[in-house]
Amino acid sequence: MTVMSRDFRQGFIDTLPVIIAAIPIGLLWGTLAAGKGLSPLEAGLMSATVFAGAAQFVAIELWREPVPWLLLTVTVFIVNVRHILMGASLSRHMGQIASRWHPVMMFMMADENWAFSERRALTSPLTLAYYAGLTLPMMVVWTTSSTIGALVGRSLGDPAAFGFDFAFSALFIGILAGFWKGPRTGAVLGASAITAALAKLYVPGAWYIVIGGMAGVAVAAILYMEEETP
Amino acid sequence: MSLDPITLLAIFGMALATYATRLGGLYLMRGVAMTGRIKTALDALPPAILMAVIAPTILATGIAETIAAAITASAALLRLPLVAVILTGVVSVVLLRMVLN
Repeated sequence: MTVMSRDFRQGFIDTLPVIIAAIPIGLLWGTLAAGKGLSPLEAGLMSATVFAGAAQFVAIELWREPVPWLLLTVTVFIVNVRHILMGASLSRHMGQIASRWHPVMMFMMADENWAFSERRALTSPLTLAYYAGLTLPMMVVWTTSSTIGALVGRSLGDPAAFGFDFAFSALFIGILAGFWKGPRTGAVLGASAITAALAKLYVPGAWYIVIGGMAGVAVAAILYMEEETP
Repeated sequence: MSLDPITLLAIFGMALATYATRLGGLYLMRGVAMTGRIKTALDALPPAILMAVIAPTILATGIAETIAAAITASAALLRLPLVAVILTGVVSVVLLRMVLN
């Protein structure tokens, strides 16, 4: 076996649990998309080109007729602003890979393959084959499961009847637990949650996400200052 | 199977916005020192954003959603697999809505 196929395989094996978990989430997203009137083709196209679970769930939450395409574009940008930081961090480990591949790699970067790449870079240089193993199967599965979700979703009816509307919140709570580092994280999350909930009530559009996020970041910065003083 | 032009425009806009954030990191942040307070603040950005996205649902929708979120958080902090955490949340919200509504 060549180094390339070995690295690809390793990436695929590392990400397999995430891929399995992504199937019901993709099905769920497709179901919600169909509920808002998207065709299976449109749902699949969005999953293949946007390829960002959180942003897609938020977009479907905001989706209505007539389609607010500008609000959706701006909102998705806000939800995905974290990619700038993730990309900046990942770019430090891309030195071994020809730079013509860098924009392609970035197109496919998502929370999960980013996290695995960062972990890999701790012990060995990041290769294109490993990154592809992390990413390509995930893209195929995500696009396929969300298309199937949109196909069968119409027959499932109202997602709220099965509590599916809460699955997205539950998923994020599950991901959030991985970020927990102690009381300081609690302060960041508390500030973000309260500010976002208030902003949602009083500020139109989806700005509550960036307002809440900034409140959390501000608290993190303030607590760091306090740590510095003896 | 259908493709609505405005829907297509929305999908294209969202894809472009997302790609901009992904490319942005590659070029814009080059040379910015990731240390000290800047690093601490940036490290807090992902959880803060994730929290802000779900805060209206879990805090300002109803008592059933708030309690279900607390139960889900307990499952998450027990380090259950992600799928089990989601199932816990969905089952508890359905039961709580039946009891409380």
